[in-house]
Amino acid sequence: MNAPAAARPDVVQAVARGRRRRASRRLLIVLTLAALVAAGFAVTLMAGRTFYPPEDVVRVILGERVPGATFTVGRLRLPRAVLAVAAGFSFGLAGVTFQTMLRNPLASPDIIGISSGASAAAAVAIVSFSLGGPEVSVFAIVSALAVAMLIYALAFRDGVAGTRLILIGIGISAMLESLTAYVLSRAAEWDLQEAMRWLTGSLNGTTWQQVLPVLGALAVLAPVLLSRARDLSAMQLGDDTAAALGVRVERSRVAVIVAAVGLIAFATAAAGPIAFVAFLSGPIAARLLGPGGSLLVPAGLVGALLVLAADFAGQFAFGTRFPVGVITGVLGAPYLVYLIVRTHRAGGSI
Amino acid sequence: MTTYHTLAAENLTLGYGDRVVVTSLDLAVPPGAITVVVGANACGKSTLLRSLSRLLAPREGRVVLDGKEVHRTPAKKLARTLGLLPQSPVAPEGITVLDLVSRGRHPHQGVFSRWTAADDAAVAAALEATRTTDLADRAVDELSGGQRQRVWIAMALAQQTDLLLLDEPTTFLDASHQIEVLDLLTDLNRDRGTTIVMVLHDLNLAARYADHLIALAGRRLHASGTPAEVLTEENVRTVFGLDSRVIEDPVSGRPLVLPIGRHHVRTAPAAT
Amino acid sequence: MTLTRTAAATCPDAALVRRPARVRVLWLLVAVLAVAALMVASVALGSRDVAWADVWAALGGADRSLEEAAVTKRIPRTLLAVVTGAALGVSGAVMQGVTRNPLADPGILGVNMGASLAVIVAVAYFGLVSPTGYIWVAMGGAAAAAVFVYSIGSLGRGGATPLKLALAGTATAAAFASLVSAVVLPRNDIAGGFRLWQIGGVGGASYERIGQVLPFLAAGFAVCLLCARALNSLALGDELAAGLGERVAVVRATAALGAVVLCGASTAVTGPIGFVGLVVPHACRLLAGVDHRWLLPFSALGGAALLVAADVVGRVAARPEDLEVGIVTALIGAPFFIHIVRRQKVRDL
Repeated sequence: MNAPAAARPDVVQAVARGRRRRASRRLLIVLTLAALVAAGFAVTLMAGRTFYPPEDVVRVILGERVPGATFTVGRLRLPRAVLAVAAGFSFGLAGVTFQTMLRNPLASPDIIGISSGASAAAAVAIVSFSLGGPEVSVFAIVSALAVAMLIYALAFRDGVAGTRLILIGIGISAMLESLTAYVLSRAAEWDLQEAMRWLTGSLNGTTWQQVLPVLGALAVLAPVLLSRARDLSAMQLGDDTAAALGVRVERSRVAVIVAAVGLIAFATAAAGPIAFVAFLSGPIAARLLGPGGSLLVPAGLVGALLVLAADFAGQFAFGTRFPVGVITGVLGAPYLVYLIVRTHRAGGSI
Repeated sequence: MTTYHTLAAENLTLGYGDRVVVTSLDLAVPPGAITVVVGANACGKSTLLRSLSRLLAPREGRVVLDGKEVHRTPAKKLARTLGLLPQSPVAPEGITVLDLVSRGRHPHQGVFSRWTAADDAAVAAALEATRTTDLADRAVDELSGGQRQRVWIAMALAQQTDLLLLDEPTTFLDASHQIEVLDLLTDLNRDRGTTIVMVLHDLNLAARYADHLIALAGRRLHASGTPAEVLTEENVRTVFGLDSRVIEDPVSGRPLVLPIGRHHVRTAPAAT
Repeated sequence: MTLTRTAAATCPDAALVRRPARVRVLWLLVAVLAVAALMVASVALGSRDVAWADVWAALGGADRSLEEAAVTKRIPRTLLAVVTGAALGVSGAVMQGVTRNPLADPGILGVNMGASLAVIVAVAYFGLVSPTGYIWVAMGGAAAAAVFVYSIGSLGRGGATPLKLALAGTATAAAFASLVSAVVLPRNDIAGGFRLWQIGGVGGASYERIGQVLPFLAAGFAVCLLCARALNSLALGDELAAGLGERVAVVRATAALGAVVLCGASTAVTGPIGFVGLVVPHACRLLAGVDHRWLLPFSALGGAALLVAADVVGRVAARPEDLEVGIVTALIGAPFFIHIVRRQKVRDL
């Protein structure tokens, strides 16, 4: 082994100190985010048309029968809140993974076709085949994975260039959206409303049956992603540099894509393609944490927070009840404007 | 203190798609020396380097490190012995020097490893060797070309490899920065015994800094040896399609290649 | 000569062959004939079978039998397809020229979505009903979206690369789509009609509507054709173009304006139809080369041909229903788009 020409001890100290300082700052931010998610969770359980105090909520969670609360909190709000957190976390995690891997904050799975695959399948399932709940999920998952594989296969030529992958994803997305629009246009009135809600993402009427697969997917796929966090950081430096650092780039990329797509598919099948959560979580997390560290967990937490807040707002902040997807979707445009303004002022880059 | 490794290519044929770039190349990299690869554009220099560092699988033949085929060696294990600085590395926006150099420790860390004192020491040593310690908290995109290149070299150094491959490390730098980087690499070679293989496009810099020079032409190895052996007027003509006079560089004593074009050639009889 | 060679950076194949004007004129005539033939086909074919006698009679103005009535309905539809197809073809070609982006298309760049959003907001909140009003509003929305997307796409290193523009366009289109949902969802009264319009079709054609949109399209065509020569210079890059005496910013803005007018106006009448602007210019470059003075007319004819053909396919393949044009173009266009992406060297993107 190469003997390190010994560095001056004070330099080593400074390096170690710098690293520790950054690590503790990051930890603080992550803990704060987690606390906010927990708080949001609690609030959505307690607040609403009727307010239930914390003791009642806790008793319901513990399984006791509390008149009134058991139904509202236990059957309506609790699964909804759990799904909000689980789906939001999944979207955030998957979104930041794609953005990191493809080295572009605009390259989010809801833009490059993965979500379109899931929602096109859902539209077909609901409108053309009149399927319900779990079958729709299965359809959506299979589609999302199939679309992802198709995009990957089409983009493969002596290895996959991120650019090509993204563009092909956009092309496929356009096709799928067109298909979706067609299917919707043929729908009978009542199907239309429900399908539309579904297609912009909604947590209405969530049942435990819908939530459990998402939790399962998180339990299995999230560790896959988190274990590759370091590889992802290396891949940010370019494929060649990452390979030079010992990353099996193709292998890592496939594992990471499959895990991320799986997370998206399961979450979309349960909650619909909640617009822009995958897109926004990564950049928001990056703003909070600064460059350099792994953004996976922070982005997941931001996603969870976004969905919780948007769903709550959609239910109670306006005259009409808007599904969560419309609220988050509407945030997209101002965010893009903000990007323009901030970048021009700072003279920096996206 | 440094282990000397033997890196060699045997009967190597490389290509992309249906295009063959290098044919039947045999090459032995002298351990502990600075080897420079030169050749005309698109003649396979970068391709060769990528193959030596396992980035590109050979069509035929093999690349051997200490007797073991490089493409059969696990990537992380190889990365602890052989480092590569590719041509246009990408730095994520806003990343600090310290963060970037720390990424060089990747081959030494498993999924669950925590940062150890050895990691910190390696990073610190790398910063010192490249004299970038003062830049540690600055963002990489704010640095000058020469500084940025030193930082990338620091990252490669933090890997603590005995072999370092660099693909055109000086191409986008101005003259003073080019010398800065090449002197740094020479320091590394002299002080630590790091074996260095690099692609340079400037013949005269290659002549000055190389212990061993390799010239590629027509998809083959055309000549290899010391700069004096390789840089003859005939070789320059074959490899670069360039007429020239080769004299002794008054500064370093190495060969100096003077190109002869269609203009600005003195017609007065030169002293032979 | 130099122009042709260097402008080939955007399309490797097309330009290295010298095209004498004679050959191009010939191809132009072929194109015109093709469009004419397609127009006849469009009138003769459809979900209901008709005989040639009926076609002749209907063209002459007769309207007695069911068959003749069917033919009579197809005529404005065909005309609309021709006119908007031409508009979209030229619009796409100009966008590709202005952005030097082989992937530019009013759909991908989110411009169509901007037009949709503007129209729906006007209908929902301002009670807009006049068709000419739709056209103006759609053009405004298209222009705003174009500016927006270009700004976002230009952020960061490298300026407005094709990749970043495509991404910016898609992200913007998604954001606008959400805004549209937000507006439409609570309004059951307009939801159904809007959904139909959103798909993009020539179904609701009438002579009246064609008459309303024609002046706008004519203006758009005129502006684009005037910029054709300047677009050739622009293809070399901003600095070279300026060196050749072009006022780059002015040309860009004018050409973009022309493109926006064309696609905004046609979107107002047919709804957003994607991919015509992408596919047609690429195909036409193979015939016409990269000289915009030829490319634009060819794109117009090509766009007309494509849209009429798509409409015929939509009516014949999905009998007895109609498959809207927007769907057919997407189903053809997307694979073509992917084909282009796969063929290009990644560096060029």
